[in-house]
Amino acid sequence: MAKDYGEVKLFGVVGSPFVRRVQIALELKGVKYTFIEEDLKNKSDLLLKYNPIHKKVPVLVHNGKPLAESLVIIEYIDEIWRNHPFLPQEPYDRALARFWSKFIDEKCLPPISKASFTACKEERDKGTEESLEALEFLENELKHKFFGGETIGIVDIAAGFIAFWLPAIEEAVGLKILTHEKFPKLSKWSEEYTNHVVVKENLPQRDKVVGFFKARYASIINASK
Amino acid sequence: MAEESVTLIGFWGSPFVLRVKWALELKVIQYQYVEEDLGNKSPMLLQYNPVYKKVPVLVHGNKPLAESLVILEYIDETWKQDPPLLPHDPYERAQARFWSRFVDEKSVPALMATFSKGGEEQQKAAQEVRESLKILEGGLEGKRYFGGERIGFADITIGLLGYWVRIVEETVGINLIDKELMPEFDAWIDDFLEFPVIKECMPHHDKLLYHSKAFHKILTSSST
Repeated sequence: MAKDYGEVKLFGVVGSPFVRRVQIALELKGVKYTFIEEDLKNKSDLLLKYNPIHKKVPVLVHNGKPLAESLVIIEYIDEIWRNHPFLPQEPYDRALARFWSKFIDEKCLPPISKASFTACKEERDKGTEESLEALEFLENELKHKFFGGETIGIVDIAAGFIAFWLPAIEEAVGLKILTHEKFPKLSKWSEEYTNHVVVKENLPQRDKVVGFFKARYASIINASK
Repeated sequence: MAEESVTLIGFWGSPFVLRVKWALELKVIQYQYVEEDLGNKSPMLLQYNPVYKKVPVLVHGNKPLAESLVILEYIDETWKQDPPLLPHDPYERAQARFWSRFVDEKSVPALMATFSKGGEEQQKAAQEVRESLKILEGGLEGKRYFGGERIGFADITIGLLGYWVRIVEETVGINLIDKELMPEFDAWIDDFLEFPVIKECMPHHDKLLYHSKAFHKILTSSST
């Protein structure tokens, strides 16, 4: 169990990959926290007070002090609760971990979205090509069981989207990006990550996620007709 | 480890390279600067930054690093002499990181759109820049610098906006830093850019403006 450093609240929604990142981080360290479910169509006054700039989840509130942006929050959690470190010890390795976490958000997630949620074939093809290129870099970076080595680190937590949400999107919209043939290491890592004893307790229900993406895709197709 | 050679691969006009220069100079770290021709990227750059193929790249010993924010944190963790870049307190560190990301994710794209677009799109982008600067002003909280009494991480990361925004203002003729709307931000920028080490690293204003206007001409004439 992690040390008690005061009250921790996490504002989020169960389906959000960014919220789940923070939740997994807290759970891996055994931090006690209260999860406050937000209705994103009717955001609470508290959320708007704690994250007036982006008005988004996740927001972590520690002893009344709010923080936004999932990767910023995770580094904060790592600095307060020192057990199960998410970043390596050596500055260069730490820099690489930060580099790849950023890479996931900037270079992997956007083309996956572009490829998936469009009715335009050109967009889909371009997005797919960019996604494959980006995942190739990650495939080559994976040298151990996890990006963090033998234990989960910040890059694994950031890449959770690829392990869980990407396959759900692929099923929902009929896309093939993360295949065993093209990405044997990344595919194996996805299974390890999503089956990890702590991670699997903190992922949303898969059929609900697939259903959500199916509905989103259908509305985009309908709107294009 | 810290005594191994340091090389900064950059471009004279790049604001992101400037961030790294500021950090190296503030900490008085010896380094070699290598100018890159961005129109004809060297094999060395492509080898050291195969992912983004951009500057800045810091090479310490034989280890390359890309992405200015990542490089800044590496510098802070490797060379522990004064001044510290990130604050000591974890919450304040998180805030510095938050503001740095905000600059890169909100202010910079809006600024680039103000520079490259025309008409209504340009006006909309300019308004987004102003709004983002106003939000950043809130991060000052009445202090002299974002880092408190001394220049810190957030001053360096946000500071690139200071001169870049002014160059864009002069190039496209749209006011972005509104003295009345954001007096504290305006005052901070003047103060920051006058700090000796910061000022000495800046590219020559006239050269930068000339380069900016020339680039703007190419962009806008190719879109007609």
